[in-house]
Amino acid sequence: MNAIQADHLIKRFGTVTAVNDVSLAVREGEIFGFLGPNGAGKTTTMRMLTGVLTPGSGSVLISGIDIHRHPLSAKMQMGVIPESSTVYGDLSAEQNLQLSGKMYGMPRKEREERVDELLTRMGLSEKRKIPVRTFSKGMKQRVSIACAIIHRPKVLLLDEPTSGLDVQSRRLVIETIRGMNEAGSTIFLTTHNIEEANTLCHTVCIINKGQIVAQESPERLKKMFDTTQSVEISFDRQVTKELFLDPVILRAEPCGDKWRLYTDNPDLVVKYIVGRAERESIGITSLVTSGPSLEEAFVQLTECA
Amino acid sequence: MEIPLALRGILVITGKNMRLYYTKPPVLMFGLLFPLFMFLAFFVGRNLDLTTFFPAFLGMMLFFTASSVGPLITPWEKREKTYERLLSYPVTQDSIILGDITAGAVFGIGISLLVWLASTLFVPVTITNPGLFILAFVLGTISCAALGALLASPASDSPPNVMIFSNLIRFPLIFISGIFVPLAQMQGSAYILACCSPLTYLVDLFNAAMTGKSAFSPLLDAFVLLGVSLVFIVVARVIQKRNLVKGL
Repeated sequence: MNAIQADHLIKRFGTVTAVNDVSLAVREGEIFGFLGPNGAGKTTTMRMLTGVLTPGSGSVLISGIDIHRHPLSAKMQMGVIPESSTVYGDLSAEQNLQLSGKMYGMPRKEREERVDELLTRMGLSEKRKIPVRTFSKGMKQRVSIACAIIHRPKVLLLDEPTSGLDVQSRRLVIETIRGMNEAGSTIFLTTHNIEEANTLCHTVCIINKGQIVAQESPERLKKMFDTTQSVEISFDRQVTKELFLDPVILRAEPCGDKWRLYTDNPDLVVKYIVGRAERESIGITSLVTSGPSLEEAFVQLTECA
Repeated sequence: MEIPLALRGILVITGKNMRLYYTKPPVLMFGLLFPLFMFLAFFVGRNLDLTTFFPAFLGMMLFFTASSVGPLITPWEKREKTYERLLSYPVTQDSIILGDITAGAVFGIGISLLVWLASTLFVPVTITNPGLFILAFVLGTISCAALGALLASPASDSPPNVMIFSNLIRFPLIFISGIFVPLAQMQGSAYILACCSPLTYLVDLFNAAMTGKSAFSPLLDAFVLLGVSLVFIVVARVIQKRNLVKGL
């Protein structure tokens, strides 16, 4: 049984079709990344999966329960983190978590233990009594995540969970997602961050203009495209673009203190650059070759669709 | 399994509303201060029989208090972006509307009962029919709180706009509903207008319960209040469903 099974979802707003015949299946225990450019239909799809919106047609099963026929039972199976850090600013972190636990019908003792555990895990135990409106965005997002996982959901749906967060908060969010997944939860994640999807997700689904254009593992998706590979290199001194004038290098772009060289044959590029650097007495401080990127696949899929 | 979950959702939402919204300035302003100032403006210093006008005053108090919480909640939650999370909990939009109505009704009953109890110290208030008095309280709070939920239905995430809109509806009602001019003294179009206001029937029911005199049959008053409550809830449900996406 799939954790999430959506079939032929259609949602129209007036004359605009936001989601057009979307079907997807998320296997139990996997981290499923849902990618797409702005306005592609990610949030509308997620709102249909979470029961916030009713689809014009189509069905959604959460752990085998039809969310539109049995919304409450289906919602009991899942935790949701909407796009904004949606917590009650007038309540403290502890009160927000208590409210969330009550919503899921947790008994008082279990709820209180779980609130303590989550506040500690999220690094908020010292600020548990302070109104959330005084928190930073990252802290609010941690409260929001804690609210969504308080009842140990079977399925966790997150809409752009790391968007706009500082490094520490982002790491904590990713660790929490991984931890929930290792504990057996299925994760459905919408994101703009291709790298995050690449490293975190078992399956990536790309939506564009309201339609699914690909659904594969990140590695298979990359291989589906004859994408260019790259070599990232840095030197012990500044060099000019002239250094990279060789037919094997398709394009050279400065990238911070490094250069990124796009090529179909990274081996030849490495040989060429090492030889040239030796001849000109330039020291190489780092050299990394990268395979086809998911970003390239994403761009190709969303541009050609 | 869904019914116990739905009831629990309504209870938790009611508790959340009571905790978050009872002390919000618009609720205190339009739910407590306004009816108090209305009372002071119209009754104090004038040679009016307070005992005769007390049922009307109690009706007005109940109307203002019970209908002041509902209009605030949904726009406030949409503005704070908590509405989407609320919808993703094991609740439905119906549970949210009913939770909002219950919070408004509890506020109305609580404040109006306090006012009634305090008033008994200064005004010789009588109750000729306690059963009708309780019925008036219950139906009055439900219908007024349902009106509050209906007033929250426009697609707005701006609480001030919704409060202005709700007062545009609520204020005229108190002038046409037999509060300042008894229904028996009304004639022509004023009487017809009064018959169109649900508040008229609440005041009439309080009159029947407290003085034993009423313009209409208490049964008719009760049916009208029950009917308008259902209509308000159904219309609020339809409009809020239609406007769901706006402001999410």
